[in-house]
Amino acid sequence: MKLRKKVYIAAGTYTISLGTGRKEFHPRKPRPGLEHYIIEAGQGVLAQVSDPRVIDECVVGNFMAARFNRQGNLAALMPTIHPSLEYKPSTRVEGACGSGGLAVMTAMKSILADLSDVVLVIGIEVQNTVKAIYGADVLAGAGHYASHRKNGHAYFFPSFFSDRAGAAFKKYGHDEVRRAMTQWFVNAIEAGRRCPEAQEHHNRVEDLHALGNTPPNPTAFVDNLNVFDCSKVSDGAAGLLVLSEEGLAKAGIAKKDAVEIVGCGTSVANLTELPADPTTLATSRSAVEKAYGMAGVSVKDLAFAEVHDCFSITGILMAEAAGICAQGEGFDFVSDGGTRPDGRLPMNLSGGLIGHGHYTGGTGVRQTVDNWKQLTGKAGDFQLEIPANRPHGLVISMGGNDKTVVVFVAKQA
Amino acid sequence: MDLAQRYTNVGVIGAAGKMGSGIALLLTHEMALRKTSPGAREERFKLTLMDVNDEALDGLKGYLRSQMRRLAEKSTVRLRAHYADRPDLVENGEIIQAYVDDALDLARFTTDLDQLAGCRLVFEAIAENIDLKVKIYKQVKKLAPEAFIFTNTSSIPIRLLDEQAGLGGGLVGFHFYNPPAVQRLLELITSPTTRDDLVADAQQIAKDLKKKVIPASDIAGFIGNGHFIRDGLYGIAEMEKLRGDYGFAGGTYMVNRVCQDWLIRPMGIFQLIDYVGVDVFQCILGVMNQFIEGEELHSDLIDELMKRGVRGGQNPDGSQKDGFFRYEKGQISAVYDLDKGDYQPIAAAWSDRFDKALGGLPDGHFPWRALSRDTSKTAKLEGYFGNLAKAEGLGARLGRDYLKRSKEIGEQLVSSGVAAKAEDVNGVLLNGFFHLYGPINDYA
Repeated sequence: MKLRKKVYIAAGTYTISLGTGRKEFHPRKPRPGLEHYIIEAGQGVLAQVSDPRVIDECVVGNFMAARFNRQGNLAALMPTIHPSLEYKPSTRVEGACGSGGLAVMTAMKSILADLSDVVLVIGIEVQNTVKAIYGADVLAGAGHYASHRKNGHAYFFPSFFSDRAGAAFKKYGHDEVRRAMTQWFVNAIEAGRRCPEAQEHHNRVEDLHALGNTPPNPTAFVDNLNVFDCSKVSDGAAGLLVLSEEGLAKAGIAKKDAVEIVGCGTSVANLTELPADPTTLATSRSAVEKAYGMAGVSVKDLAFAEVHDCFSITGILMAEAAGICAQGEGFDFVSDGGTRPDGRLPMNLSGGLIGHGHYTGGTGVRQTVDNWKQLTGKAGDFQLEIPANRPHGLVISMGGNDKTVVVFVAKQA
Repeated sequence: MDLAQRYTNVGVIGAAGKMGSGIALLLTHEMALRKTSPGAREERFKLTLMDVNDEALDGLKGYLRSQMRRLAEKSTVRLRAHYADRPDLVENGEIIQAYVDDALDLARFTTDLDQLAGCRLVFEAIAENIDLKVKIYKQVKKLAPEAFIFTNTSSIPIRLLDEQAGLGGGLVGFHFYNPPAVQRLLELITSPTTRDDLVADAQQIAKDLKKKVIPASDIAGFIGNGHFIRDGLYGIAEMEKLRGDYGFAGGTYMVNRVCQDWLIRPMGIFQLIDYVGVDVFQCILGVMNQFIEGEELHSDLIDELMKRGVRGGQNPDGSQKDGFFRYEKGQISAVYDLDKGDYQPIAAAWSDRFDKALGGLPDGHFPWRALSRDTSKTAKLEGYFGNLAKAEGLGARLGRDYLKRSKEIGEQLVSSGVAAKAEDVNGVLLNGFFHLYGPINDYA
């Protein structure tokens, strides 16, 4: 299936990812709330258009504000960004940590349906409102409560991915997999340091390998992951515009400052079931194949990939799901530096979820903004040179344990 | 009676005090884990928390509630298994709340000692007063004849207490460090008459409470105060020597600085006395002086300070009371001047003279805080103390002398049989006082 008309992304922005590691973060001091982040990200987008009144519609991606912030009905917070958004259509979408990807996809559908030409998309989560042990309860909503929560781990999601790491240890050898997971962590922190908004931007740890190799502590956490294998708790928001050809003109955005979505794919898998093979991300693979097919590209046409790495093991399995490596080869590929900025296929150049931060429901929008930044030359210290023969960027936004996945392939417009 | 049975009925005397509340917290957690562990649901658990101060018991209740929540949050991985048979408890938040409720349900708060009737383990954390302790033990013996008694005394020989109260070897010294819920060290004091089954239970309880046990002989002051009190007396004597040239306040400031900076300790000796309490220091001195022969363990200065109401110790909110120093937000802000009977603010204009007299720190110096988290601290300490040995200046000389005296005290504790070996002395100072190196070392 092909897109029936061209869809563009532009005017991206994101706030800092606030949480432990950022100098601005003080656990005991009051912090900005949802309202602040929506306005900061929204106004960051509007500052890049000729007139805020060109926005036809809003979509907000968010996972669990109803629990983290006791706030529902986020769609109606959009007019706080600008008075011209009053009485405009606005929709909140949710697909766990894939909410951001779904929000971009929802905006695309509106463009494709000729309902709007310019859609403002915000992805947001503010989750430092509760301690991690209670946050784990909230995030567990991305799994199936009735089937799995009661017998699940205190750290419910980390344990799912700990099980995946455990299965990989068994299948490919502990040391080989562990080495790759640590390298993934090191890459993520180093990349985060290059991005001013990243949660690890202030990270100054000298021996990242030693830190990444910290032995797991199963009595306090999970069996096969240490805390450095995990993305942190983050507050933040990202914003962008999804536009039609006409929308670009209305908003006064030059094509050089926009990217075109040339392929997309969305897949879900049955939430009530555990993965048949924990060493693969089958749903992600399915969505990637749809996006490649629609774009008429293969992995050889990619300059970089921006993938969901809620845990180090996830990032490596994503390289395989994206077809960057054959199954089982992702570990050596990562260990050998294949995903670093100078590697065969650079991944997560602003740090990914581990290095940049993971404001869950907003992350898919943040990833799409980073994809746009890279392809339009706006990535600053983490800018990659985009090869002319490989002009595409890949985004994989995932929700839950490989349950809700949205994939985009884009190139400069 | 096995220990599992003993754990079902426990009492704490002096439970609302600084030490007692920490001991109460540790026991609440341990007993609640036992109460909620799979298969134990039918057993009845009772923790009687007794103190004479009713208001302080209210404070204890609040402390236990907030601290038990914190402990439950840290133990949730384990606690989920404890509540696996409760289909109504699914989320971490629900399990944590259930555990806090279960824990507080086993605690009884009382001002009536009679409520300890039937206790099988009794922890005592009252003032260092021999007559009072003996009187209480005699009552406990009547109310709970089977009970083993654990005293938190930091100085009084336990055999004496045991014999005077007629406990028949049912008393053991279980000396927690302040604050008990945080400090890992526990000095375990037994005497030749202590019952073997009590010693075994005491070892196991220490392990259950996650404490690092260092055994000490039943000689007044044991290891911790055996070192601290003599170290303090030495500091006072050194200050008296400087007093002529630099005044009382200047001398106090200088000796405290030498101790903290030149010896790289977490705090100087006079700040430490303030932290423990000038009153407690005096009390322990008195006990040790009573039982230790051939050594003058006394300080006219401490007596004089007490007379003037300079007592140190902490306020109920944990903030430091005035002692040798006055504190603002936990930091030293002024020093007591005995000659003027008032506090001298410590500003650069005042302290410059004393800092100059002490001279600069030797090369390779690191502050205690930086080294305490440094994995290569041993090498750094060796380098620094090597330089200190050759350094000139008053501060370096005082530092070397202090190091030497601290070592002598440590060796004396071993030679007099208080500690079985040098490692035990060093272990107490490392774990209980957060020193970076033991007093018995090659640096002195």
